[in-house]
Amino acid sequence: MSIHLSILSTSRNWIRRKLFNTWANSVITALIIMALIYFFPKAYMWVVTDAILTIQVDSESWWGYSFVPDSNACIKANGACWDFVAEKFRLIIFGLYPQDQHWRPLVMMITLISLIVYSLDTSRWGFRLGVTWVVAIPMMFFLMQGGVLGLTFVQTDSWGGGPITLILSAVGIVLSFPIAVMLAFGRQSDMLVVKTICIFFIEIIRGVPLITILFMASLMIPLFLPEGININKLLRALIGFTLFSAAYVAEVIRGGLQAVPKGQYEAADSLGLSYWQKTIFIILPQALKLVIPPIMNTFIGLFKDTTLIIIISMYDFLGTVRLGASDPAWRPYYIEGLLFAAIVYFVVCYAMAAYSLHLEAKLDTERR
Amino acid sequence: MKSKWTTAIAAAAIVFSSYSASAAKTVEAIKSRGELICGVSTGLGGFSLPDSRGKWTGLDVDICKALAAAILGSSYKVKYIPLSTQQRFTALQSGEVDVLSRNTSWSLTRDTALGLNFTAVTYYDGQGFMVPKALEVKSAKELDGATVCIQPGTTSELNLADYFRANSMTFTPVVIESLQELNAAFFAGRCDAYTTDASGLASTRLNDAPKGKSDDYIILPEIISKEPLGPVVRHGDDQFLDIVKWVIFGLVEAEEFGITSSNVREMASSSKNPNIKRLLGTNPGMGRNLGLDEAWIVNAILAVGNYGEIWERNIPPLGLSRGLNKLWSNGGIMYSPPVR
Repeated sequence: MSIHLSILSTSRNWIRRKLFNTWANSVITALIIMALIYFFPKAYMWVVTDAILTIQVDSESWWGYSFVPDSNACIKANGACWDFVAEKFRLIIFGLYPQDQHWRPLVMMITLISLIVYSLDTSRWGFRLGVTWVVAIPMMFFLMQGGVLGLTFVQTDSWGGGPITLILSAVGIVLSFPIAVMLAFGRQSDMLVVKTICIFFIEIIRGVPLITILFMASLMIPLFLPEGININKLLRALIGFTLFSAAYVAEVIRGGLQAVPKGQYEAADSLGLSYWQKTIFIILPQALKLVIPPIMNTFIGLFKDTTLIIIISMYDFLGTVRLGASDPAWRPYYIEGLLFAAIVYFVVCYAMAAYSLHLEAKLDTERR
Repeated sequence: MKSKWTTAIAAAAIVFSSYSASAAKTVEAIKSRGELICGVSTGLGGFSLPDSRGKWTGLDVDICKALAAAILGSSYKVKYIPLSTQQRFTALQSGEVDVLSRNTSWSLTRDTALGLNFTAVTYYDGQGFMVPKALEVKSAKELDGATVCIQPGTTSELNLADYFRANSMTFTPVVIESLQELNAAFFAGRCDAYTTDASGLASTRLNDAPKGKSDDYIILPEIISKEPLGPVVRHGDDQFLDIVKWVIFGLVEAEEFGITSSNVREMASSSKNPNIKRLLGTNPGMGRNLGLDEAWIVNAILAVGNYGEIWERNIPPLGLSRGLNKLWSNGGIMYSPPVR
């Protein structure tokens, strides 16, 4: 009882100190509370109490029920129509991938996500993890594309939804990082040719919108290529995303390099370290540590930019949601679809941000 | 429905591409590939849209299936490439697709300067206006000074400006890119009028108006532009142009003769009508002229039905009646030259 009271009194203290400490603060707090009281019940009713999600008892289903989406039920409802998400769920997750082969993108996504989660722990970083990635990515590609080991051939044109978003962002992030490091050092190099090429590359890419790059990749390249030669559209987009992200990350890393105190360079030189030893063991670790937040910022941006792939007519996760909402029978319920997509994107972006904070704290050796 | 980008990019494409050299042998390319590559929209209900199982459906898609059936004998041998308005012509010019079956309006510039050939009309559309009943407007001529909801970068936008200028009227455009947001803006009362192709107006009124309020909006009688939609092929391959054109005509002809997917086999074997026998290859000759199997149109009809069946399967869910797209014998303008 006494413990309870003390919690109560500390929380009361906290409320007074943080929320009602000045006259202006009190008014703002009151307004926000009033707004919450006004909006929350309405939102709750729309999302939960008035919402439609038709479920039927189904003994054959593994959880005893099955979804039976019904657009006519939604027309009468006042709340959200989650039947839309249920009806279009497979389309949203797997895009136009042949339905009897859906296990393949599913396995691929689970593998990729597991690999990402496994790679999060800094103590596992090293040569072996690098090799795992290099082996895993082509294997996932072959699983998706098929044509080998008795798997049906599925062209990349039919890929869509979750796999496209995952591949574009994961491969884009993983590949753009080393390129960015090289570009950042190249830009600081004393060798004129290397330096010019790097500056040229970075400034061109940064000076052009991502949409333009994707457009070039999808529209102009086929016109320049001789008849019959066709570079895969997904591959072209992937290269576009990777280079785009690399140019931005390179500039972030250059900022980190400049923030490393000059004494560190001199100390390394005076120890007689070679250029590569100095770079790899002294400068780069310090520089990268400094720029974790802005790098993660760029990667979160890249993750969300993958939705732009729709302009070259490939359906990423958001694209398949929109595709589902183009169906005349379900068209009024695009808000539910977008809300579903927003939740998924938020969860992923928030996880990325949280990991960035964790990494920062873990690698912080000097500043506290 | 075209973008300003389209013309610029397509013009650039002509300068750079060698499309005419590659166009000549489309049919051979399709046969050796064993697959027809068909450019469709990125998702337009009724015309080309994947259903919940990821299978392409719609009027434009059925035309692709009919073509594949006529050329290759199977309506499943089609690869669909979704194309945005900006991409569609370049994709055709560069040979990425064999045929573009993507609710594309036929116009002189597109048929000539873009290096493309329109084949035949599969859907007659036209631009109209929708207004709230409460506005008490009976004709588009009364819309002077109105605010008009419109999607940017479309021929509709240009037609709108032309129409108001021709009638010495003024208007304020409310330009919104996303169709859903545009619809929401109109039904929230941000504009006096809404303009797009008549097919789009009807389906918007049916599907996007607030619940039970469809009847509060009327579509004005004026049609201010002609939008004949149909498949497009590259310049320089007359044989393939002929095939696409006559498969469409054949489907229309089949409806006129009452040949459907369920009775086509019976008609082919037992009909006494020489027109039907010619069309269905019972009396050979037509297939050979096209460079196809004599069962060309039989295969197409078996796969997707005649033009009327294609229409009934795809368009009524949008809330549209056939109107101009009825056969000429039923008061429409859908007409096929004789198959002989």
